[in-house]
Amino acid sequence: MFSPADIATLPFDDWVNGFVRGWLVPNFRPAFRAAQVPISAVLAWTEAFFLFVPMLVTTAAFALASWLTAGRGMAIFTLVGFAFIDMIGLWPQTMTTLAMIVTSVLFCALVGIPTGILAARSDRAWAVIRPVLDVMQTIPSFVYLVPIVMLFGVGMAPGIIATFIFALPPIVRLTNLGIRNVRADLIEAAEAFGSTRWQMLWDVQLPLAMRTIMAGLNQTLMLALSMVVIAALIGAGGLGLVVNTGLGRMDVGGATAGGVGIVILAIVLDRITQGLAERSDVRGISLRQALANLFRLRGTAPAAETQRAA
Amino acid sequence: MRPKLTVRNLYKIFGKNTQAALERLRRGEDKAEILAQTGATVGVQDASFDVEEGEIFVVMGLSGSGKSTLVRTLNGLIEPTSGQILIDGEDVARADAASLRRIRRDKIAMVFQHFALFPHWTIAENVAYGLKIRGISKDARRARALEVLEQVGLAPWADSLPADLSGGMQQRVGLARGLAADPDILLMDEPFGALDPLIRRDMQAELLTLQKTLKKTIVFITHDLNEALLLGNRIAIMKDGRIVQTGTAQEIVTTPADDYVAAFVADIDRGRVFTADDVASDAITIQLRDTPVREALRLMEKHGSHALYVMDGKRVAGVVTYRDLAACEMDTSTPSPTIRGSMITDYPTAACDTQLHELYGPAGQGLPIAVTDDADRLVAVIEPGDVLAHLSGDATANGADANGKEAAHVQPG
Repeated sequence: MFSPADIATLPFDDWVNGFVRGWLVPNFRPAFRAAQVPISAVLAWTEAFFLFVPMLVTTAAFALASWLTAGRGMAIFTLVGFAFIDMIGLWPQTMTTLAMIVTSVLFCALVGIPTGILAARSDRAWAVIRPVLDVMQTIPSFVYLVPIVMLFGVGMAPGIIATFIFALPPIVRLTNLGIRNVRADLIEAAEAFGSTRWQMLWDVQLPLAMRTIMAGLNQTLMLALSMVVIAALIGAGGLGLVVNTGLGRMDVGGATAGGVGIVILAIVLDRITQGLAERSDVRGISLRQALANLFRLRGTAPAAETQRAA
Repeated sequence: MRPKLTVRNLYKIFGKNTQAALERLRRGEDKAEILAQTGATVGVQDASFDVEEGEIFVVMGLSGSGKSTLVRTLNGLIEPTSGQILIDGEDVARADAASLRRIRRDKIAMVFQHFALFPHWTIAENVAYGLKIRGISKDARRARALEVLEQVGLAPWADSLPADLSGGMQQRVGLARGLAADPDILLMDEPFGALDPLIRRDMQAELLTLQKTLKKTIVFITHDLNEALLLGNRIAIMKDGRIVQTGTAQEIVTTPADDYVAAFVADIDRGRVFTADDVASDAITIQLRDTPVREALRLMEKHGSHALYVMDGKRVAGVVTYRDLAACEMDTSTPSPTIRGSMITDYPTAACDTQLHELYGPAGQGLPIAVTDDADRLVAVIEPGDVLAHLSGDATANGADANGKEAAHVQPG
């Protein structure tokens, strides 16, 4: 049977190797190394901070945040969950993971929100940005781990860069969506009163898109958490390393302990950021609902339940 | 005096091939043909009008007639394809982005059909929006917002959110927001279209009351002819992007420019268009003193009227009817009767600008209605029959002024 490969075969893998190894790495490695300096600096600061603050203070702060944004049940869950992490001896690793998450979400927001705004204001920009986001979302993360290691080396910062690539799309997409969905008559009203583009952005578009942008931040946060284990493959520490070590040693207990730590952290961070997005609807959810929501990492159902409770 | 707003030969064509479509339009091809040939949609064609300072200029048309497009070209929300829009002599159609912003901030505000209030701000913040854009300090903005809210009767709601207010109240806020920046021109795009009929009537009355003190130049868009006739000092009627007639309510109702306008005005409430002035005729009066009944009867016979107003000096004393006086004359018990004894002092009155529909009740008494001016002087009278004749539209065919007498004769004394 005839196939196109009979005519010619393309050494695509060689081309990529040639491009990355032969040109990108030798010429740009110092530039990439330099680019990771701010990431390393922010990460070092946040990690030092979280490791310095006593466990009880951090737990109390998170419980308070849960209480204010997601209600009493979630606050109790936070207290119990964090105590459990501490008792299984994973507190320092959890704080390292938390520092990584905070750093990558910070950079995602710093890059993603302005990009989303740009995409919302110019169809041409969106036409360029959209396929890039599609690629970022569909390409398996293992594919870019190798060039990242080549360009940045191993360690925490490269892990964060991988996380950044993986977690960036939702915040860009939802910022774009949020701004584009602001009611056209409000935009027209702002225009009719003589706003400049910046005034319109600050006064009307961003405040009205804030809910959607916060939902994007929440999604980005969740994706960042799901990259923890993969980032640990290229030298990032924390709970991901615990899971990987357990995997390497066929240590079911160790891997499970790391996994449970990630899940607890995920639930707490998810509920707090979702609570921020739904601020006006928050009247508090019961412990029963908090436990029920435990089995639903994300989605819209919890929000609906919150409203019913109110 | 120069008009506040002048629009000359304004065209707006939507689509790609606007210049080609404009050429065809100028050659006289019609809208549907141009759409088929070039794919361009004609929004407004060859609109020209002037709006004088302090008047309410109503643009009336059905949906798709281009009225919303027209009003949006006035503040540059839609850029016209061709033509001139002069506000105080400055051409909005050719203004760059910066001067357009300045015009919108200082000269021309807008009120929207669906209110378009910012849901994340309080009522006071919404009202102060135009001032915020201008960079006025927070305290000054708030003070001005409260002042305007006071005018529209919403001061107690200053710190509520728009969602807490009913539709009518929200549109008052929309109006207040338009007024807060003290613009010269207020564009109102079907502002009462989304309101319940009763609320709408209240808002119309309120707008007229406000306008008495504000004296803004208002361009008001509506699809409701009754609203147009009620509010408009002058009215432009649009059809297929073209202004088919411009004139006062009375002009449009009495002399419609074409069949389209005629069909429109056919079933409007004429009682709300015409005023006492339109049907009034000169008053025939007699002095009270000790005028004998016989003299009054002779005067009535001479003019063929059935009732006379009796003056006491310059003041109206009452009215006498032919029937009462004749009965008095027949009654021989009093030797030389004067009209004083048969005078009716409870006579109906109206002001010059009283609308005809308000005269149905007074006309029902059968007595002529006294039209008085601000100083309570008698300026004219209205024969009850004239009110009905004018409503039916017959009288207007003969001209609005010299009509009444014939109709009055028919009325039995």
